[in-house]
Amino acid sequence: MSSAATVEALNKTPYRYGFVTDIETEKISRGLDESVVRLISSKKQEPDFMRQFRLKAYAQWQTMAEPDWAALKYPSIDYQDIVYYSAPRQKEQKASLEDVDPVLLETFDKLGIPLSEQKRLSNVAVDAVFDSVSIATTYKQKLAEHGVVFCSMGEAVKDHPELVERYLGSVVPIGDNFFAALNSAVFSDGSFVYIPKGVQCPMELSTYFRINSDDAGQFERTLIIAEEGASVSYLEGCTAPMFDTNQLHAAVVELVALDDASIKYSTVQNWYAGDENGKGGIYNFVTKRGLCKGRRSRISWTQVETGSAITWKYPGCVLRGQDSVGEFYSVALTNHYQQADTGTKMVHIGPGSRSTIISKGISSGHSVNSYRGLVNMGPQARGARNFSQCDSMLIGDQATANTHPYIQSRQPEATVEHEASTCHISEDQLFYLQSRGIEPEAAVSMLVSGFCRDVFNQLPMEFAAEADKLLALKLEGSVG
Amino acid sequence: MTSTETTPFREAPIQPGDLLLSIENLHACVEENEILRGVSLQIRAGEIHALMGRNGSGKSTLSKVVAGHPAYTVTAGSIHYRGQDLLGLAPEDRARSGVFLGFQYPVEIPGVSNLEFLRVSCNARRQHRGQEELDTFAFEDHVRETMAIVQMDPAFLERSVNEGFSGGEKKRNEVLQMALLEPLVAILDETDSGLDIDALRIVANGVKKLALPTTATLLITHYQRLLDAITPDFVHVMAAGRILRTGDKDLAMALEQRGYDWIEEADGSDTLQP
Ligand SMILES: Nc1ncnc2c1ncn2[C@@H]1O[C@H](COP(=O)(O)OP(=O)(O)OP(=O)(O)O)[C@@H](O)[C@H]1O
Ligand SMILES: [Mg+2]
Repeated sequence: MSSAATVEALNKTPYRYGFVTDIETEKISRGLDESVVRLISSKKQEPDFMRQFRLKAYAQWQTMAEPDWAALKYPSIDYQDIVYYSAPRQKEQKASLEDVDPVLLETFDKLGIPLSEQKRLSNVAVDAVFDSVSIATTYKQKLAEHGVVFCSMGEAVKDHPELVERYLGSVVPIGDNFFAALNSAVFSDGSFVYIPKGVQCPMELSTYFRINSDDAGQFERTLIIAEEGASVSYLEGCTAPMFDTNQLHAAVVELVALDDASIKYSTVQNWYAGDENGKGGIYNFVTKRGLCKGRRSRISWTQVETGSAITWKYPGCVLRGQDSVGEFYSVALTNHYQQADTGTKMVHIGPGSRSTIISKGISSGHSVNSYRGLVNMGPQARGARNFSQCDSMLIGDQATANTHPYIQSRQPEATVEHEASTCHISEDQLFYLQSRGIEPEAAVSMLVSGFCRDVFNQLPMEFAAEADKLLALKLEGSVG
Repeated sequence: MTSTETTPFREAPIQPGDLLLSIENLHACVEENEILRGVSLQIRAGEIHALMGRNGSGKSTLSKVVAGHPAYTVTAGSIHYRGQDLLGLAPEDRARSGVFLGFQYPVEIPGVSNLEFLRVSCNARRQHRGQEELDTFAFEDHVRETMAIVQMDPAFLERSVNEGFSGGEKKRNEVLQMALLEPLVAILDETDSGLDIDALRIVANGVKKLALPTTATLLITHYQRLLDAITPDFVHVMAAGRILRTGDKDLAMALEQRGYDWIEEADGSDTLQP
């Protein structure tokens, strides 16, 4: 098979999570104004500080415009045509998993995320979020024994209002950007994690986001706080049904690490990417930021981005603590007409802070895949160091890869190193594998996963194999 | 494609002397340049052939055309493998059905584990032969045993395919692949180049062990020392895309002594210059 034919075959990608769950939902009508913000807040029976937070955000959002600097093209989004609150109808208070609607449990079973007691993933606690509402959190009891709080954001607002009030919006201010402001006004749910001083979280924590509805926007909010000397590894996964319309997903994630704390945040994003003609798919506009507040604190972002019609996402670190460490490891794979504009922001404030950026972009089909990264060395960041490596791989001759590194330094004693490369999938490597009996599709996915190895090595063990499989699946053709 | 056969298929037994590879008047070009200009070659089970010739005479091109490299276009002639039209098969199917090429310049594949690569490759061939595929554990035992043939350190399994391997280490890795795939026709393109004196002996012994009465080997080489270790039944001399002369091991000796000029002169080389 010629390499052109191989690429042709690769472009026929199946999406295995495209089903819709038939469940009764509570939805409010389309559109957004102040009364909608108040309605969401009252539906969630929120305390006053939360309502004020939302209203302030809404007021800010109204004065802002959608950012237009990313290398993304899409028809303008009608914010009045979106449903801002949609929740599966369930019993009021879910005392235990047994009270969760079996249809929902079945949905997560089908997604490979069993929530029921007997089948749970061992040593991984899961918060399952369905259309932006948390429906179940596993292993809560066991985590509580260690003082770890892992619950939905809604519960956190009720049970730990002081923590939420103190930290929510402290890393991503409500007016940070258009999408963050929107999220701050209307967010429905998400996950909350609190690791007390000196505690190493005894298991992986993970949130699984599932979009089900075709007209509701998805606005989750995640907040993770690691106290002094605490550590946690957290993973999020995402899927959505195949609709031929686009759904807006605008999440905000905030991480706070105090002295000697470490947070490892991994994402395997597989939102529906649209069909081979670019119809449908998720618009993913996400703000993720970690604050290395304490000395020697460490925040590490690892992302494997394979889905969404549009990805706009720059998980970053504000390295305020002296000798704090920020890391960003990313694989972004785009195919068909997908567009990804993704990268990171490393803001060095503290002296001796260090950051590492490893980005691997793979573009196939007619897709556009851009890396956009900012490294900022503040005036106090003496001895700070950054190393960035951005590699792009092109499959076929219709895809585009861009790299936009921005470096700003106001500290002469800070070091910034940047390396970048772009390559085509090599005909000789492909031939070498084929000449050893390996099918072209398998050979391409082997080459791609080799290209991404440095990033996969950063994923928690259980998920590295998953990520490998996901890439293979995304590249799988229908010939054979 | 033959690769998805569901019914186990066993390779029909081969008798020594069976015609395995038959190349007839093969012409091939790359980007408009004709490199092969009418190659004919017959290789039977149990035979060892040596292919020699000046740099640039077309030896590697011939081997890559047999393996199915997409950069080369066959403009005339044919290749039959066990009576079947080989040119109609995809490269991976040629490999699965028992044609092997040990590359002159094996490529490096960063990030791909050598162990995993060897396992997937070995299983592709096993599946074709109707043999059970080996899981990670079974394969690891198998590959360690096989590595002994070329006295290769198992540490090479943990590394990326050929990445940072020395020239000689790459060549040993090629022979390891040959040993794992158990081909019926093996073409080894300058597998002896870049090997130190001990490594040459080890690799030559390995190749000799793998050359059975039911398989055939084509050694592409510039040096007599390989042919001292593995005695060829036939020696071919290639020039300007054709096989100019065929002889036995004495022809290789003569080349070692006298170089190529006398053959080309004797055969009227002026008409063969590109
Ligand atoms: N892509 C290409 N474009 C143009 N010429 C090519 C290309 N590939 C090979 N050739 C030419 O074809 C001729 C034969 O090359 P080949 O590699 O087959 O030689 P060889 O006999 O294996 O030589 P050596 O003994 O040096 O390995 C050479 O002149 C080479 O430059
Ligand atoms: Mg050669």
